[in-house]
Amino acid sequence: MSETTENINHPVAEEKEYTTLNLGPTHPATHGIFQNVLKLDGEKVMHAESTLGYIHRAFEKIAEHRPYNQITPLTDRLNYCSSPLNNMGWHMTVEKLIKVKLPKRVEYMRVIVMELSRIADHIICNSIIGVDTGALTPYFYVFEWREFIYEIFEEMCGARLTTNIGRVGGFERNWNEKVWQKLDHFAKEFHKCLTEFENLLKRNRIFMDRTIGVGPIAGDRALEYGFTGPNLRAAGVDYDVRVMNPYSSYEDFDFIIPLGTNGDTYDRFMVREQEMWESYSIIKQAMGKIDRKENLFHAEVPEFYLPPKEDVYNKMEALIYHFKIVMGETDVPVGEVYHSIEAGNGELGFYLISDGGRQPYRLHFRRPCFIYYQAYPEMIKGGMLSDAILTMSSMNVIAGELDA
Amino acid sequence: MTTEENIKSLHDTVLAKLKENFSDAIVSSDVEYDFPVFILKREHIYDILKFLKEDAELNFHFLTSMCGLHYPDQKGKEFGVMYQLHNMPKNFRIRIKTFLPGNDLHIPTVTSLWATANWMERQEFDFFGIIFKGHPNLKRILNLDNATFHPMRKEFPLEDGTREDKNDSMFGR
Amino acid sequence: MAEEEKKRSKLEISQSPAGLEGPGFFATSLEKAVGLARKNSIWPLPFATSCCGIEFMATAAATYDLGRFGSERLSFSPRQADLLMVMGTISKKMGPVLKHVYEQMAEPRWVLSMGACASSGGIFDTYSVLQGIDRVIPVDVYIPGCPPRPEQVIDGLLQIQRLVETESFRRRDSQEYKDLMNKYGIE
Repeated sequence: MSETTENINHPVAEEKEYTTLNLGPTHPATHGIFQNVLKLDGEKVMHAESTLGYIHRAFEKIAEHRPYNQITPLTDRLNYCSSPLNNMGWHMTVEKLIKVKLPKRVEYMRVIVMELSRIADHIICNSIIGVDTGALTPYFYVFEWREFIYEIFEEMCGARLTTNIGRVGGFERNWNEKVWQKLDHFAKEFHKCLTEFENLLKRNRIFMDRTIGVGPIAGDRALEYGFTGPNLRAAGVDYDVRVMNPYSSYEDFDFIIPLGTNGDTYDRFMVREQEMWESYSIIKQAMGKIDRKENLFHAEVPEFYLPPKEDVYNKMEALIYHFKIVMGETDVPVGEVYHSIEAGNGELGFYLISDGGRQPYRLHFRRPCFIYYQAYPEMIKGGMLSDAILTMSSMNVIAGELDA
Repeated sequence: MTTEENIKSLHDTVLAKLKENFSDAIVSSDVEYDFPVFILKREHIYDILKFLKEDAELNFHFLTSMCGLHYPDQKGKEFGVMYQLHNMPKNFRIRIKTFLPGNDLHIPTVTSLWATANWMERQEFDFFGIIFKGHPNLKRILNLDNATFHPMRKEFPLEDGTREDKNDSMFGR
Repeated sequence: MAEEEKKRSKLEISQSPAGLEGPGFFATSLEKAVGLARKNSIWPLPFATSCCGIEFMATAAATYDLGRFGSERLSFSPRQADLLMVMGTISKKMGPVLKHVYEQMAEPRWVLSMGACASSGGIFDTYSVLQGIDRVIPVDVYIPGCPPRPEQVIDGLLQIQRLVETESFRRRDSQEYKDLMNKYGIE
C-alpha cells in the first residue's frame, strides 16, 4: 500500500516523454516547403530532424539535357527571390569556360542588376523576419520598393520575377531611357524607405527581445557546416566572394563587408540590413561609372552571342552565326570550370564539365541554402518552438534552392 | 588576387606535399582554369583529405562543394566523386577527384572532417548510388525513400514516363 | 452629397441580386443571396511552394492588395478555407500531401492552380515533378504563366468568384460531382 502512495506523490524519475510535432511540410509559418519533425519538451525543442525534397525538380538532370542558353531559365528558379544573381552567375561560368572578357560597361551594368536583386532578396528575408515577430507593417512598407525593383527589371528584360536576364557575353539589349529614369528614382528615394523600415524594427524592444540570442551559431561551427553569405558573416567570419575572388569588376567598387558577432537572428537581420546599404551605395557608384549614351551592351563574341534579327535576314555572316548557335554547332572547349558568385544567401557555385557538346556533361550547383540548412537542428536545439520559426526565416532558406 | 602563377605555385606546393606523404595515391594532377585539380586513388582519399585539412601550411578548412560524376564509357572507373576545398585566409582553392569502378561504389565518408559533408553525401548517394562508408545516416534525401532508381546516372531518362500527351514526331525524334 | 462621395471613392458596393423589393422587405432566392455573400469573402489557403508563392506575396502586398476582393484573410488551416490556391511546383513527394490538404477542406471548396508548374508540370518535365495537380485533385481555374503576373492572379480569383457566385446549391450533391470525386479517389 505504502508503495503505491509513494509512487503517486513522488513519481520515480523516468525517461522524459517528448511530444512529437510535425512542423511542415505545409506549415504556414515555415514560408515554404520544409518539414521538421520536432521532439518537444513543453515548448522547448529537444531534437529536430529535417526532411527535404518536397520540391525536388531535378535541375542537375535537366541541365544535362539542355543547351547552354536554355539553362538560364533553370537558374532563375533556384533562388527565385533573386533570379538575376543566379542568371549572372551562370553566364559568367560559361564565359569563363569559353574565355570571354567583357567590356567594363557591361560588367558595371551587371553589377547594378546584381546589387538590385540582392536588395530585393534581403527585403524579402528581413521583412519576413518582421512578420514572424508579429510586425506586419514593415513588410507592406518595404515591399513597395521590391515592387519597384520588379519594375526596373521589367523595363530591362520584360519579366518581373523569373527574369532570364542577360545572355552569355552580355545583355540582350541596351537599357532604355526609362530604365535610367527608374534607376535614378531608386537611387534618390530608396534610402528613405530603408531608414523607415529600420526605425520600425532595429531598436524596437519587442523585436530585439524576440531576436537577440535566438538561434545562434559560432563562427567556427558555421564554417564546419559550410555556411557562406550573410549567415556566415553574422557569425563574425568576413568571407565574401565579391572580395575574395572578385568577378565582374567588383574590385573597382568601394564597399565594406558588414560583420556580426554572435551569429544570432538579430545579427543576421542587421548584416542583411547593412548589406542593403552597401548594395545601394554600389549601385550609385556603378551608375556614376557608366556612360548612358554608349551603345555597348555585350562582348564581341559572334560565335556565342546571337546576332540581331535584322542582320540575320540581311547579312550572310550573321545568318551563319545564328544557325551555328541555334543548332549547337559552335565549338565549346572541353574542360571543367567552377565559378562562384556571392548570391543572396552565400556562395552560389556552378561546377560545369563540358565535353565539347552543346549541353553540359555535368552541371553541379553549389546551393548555399542546401548546405547551411543542415545546421538548423543544431541551431534550434534547446530553444523555444516560436524561436525555431524565427531562426528559419532569418536563415532565409529558399525551397527552390534547397531542393534543386 | 589569384593570378595564374599563384595557382601554378599552389598546385606545385600541394603536389609536393602529397608526393611526400602519399606518393602512391596520385594518379594525375593538372591546372584547370583557376583550379589545381588532383586525381587520387580512393583508398587514401580520407587520409589525404584529413591531411590537407590539418596541415599547418595548407589548412583547407572549408569544404566548398562536393558532387558525384558518372562516366559510363570509362571502364573500371565509371563513377567519380569531386571535392572542392578552400582555405579562406590564404584563398587557396583546390579540387580533388577520385574514381570508382561501377561494381564497387564504396568510398569513405568525410562527415567526421566536415559536418557539412553529411547532406552532400546523402545527395550524391541519392543521385548516383555511391555508398559513403561510415556515414551516420545514409538514406535518400531528395527523392522518395522507397525510390528504386538513382536519377543522375546517365542511363536514367529525364522525362516523366507517365505523360501521354507528347507526340514524339513534334519533337523531331 | 452621397452621389459625389460615391463618385470620388473607388470603392464599389456589390449590387444586390434581382428580386422583389418593397417597403421593408426584399425577396430573392436564397441561392443568389448566399452566392453573393460567399463570392465576396473567399478565404484562400495559399499552398505556396516556390516562385509563384513569391509572386503571390506581391499580390497580397500593398501594390496589388488582394484585400480589395475580400480575400485578404488567408486561412492557413484547411478546415476553414474555401479556396485552395496551389502555387508552384508540386513534386511527386508532395502530391499526397496536397491531396491530404484538399481532403481536409470542407465543402464547398474550390481549387485554383497558379502557374505552369502546378497546371502542367511546366518546364520541369522530369522524373520528380507531378505533371499537373489535376492528377491528384480536381481544379476549377488554371492561371498560366511562369510565374503569372499579379494581375493574372487577380483575374484568376475573379474567375473563381464568378464560379462561386453562380454555383447551384445542388451541384455538390449531384451524381456528376460525386463521380468527379470518385475519379480522384476522394470520398
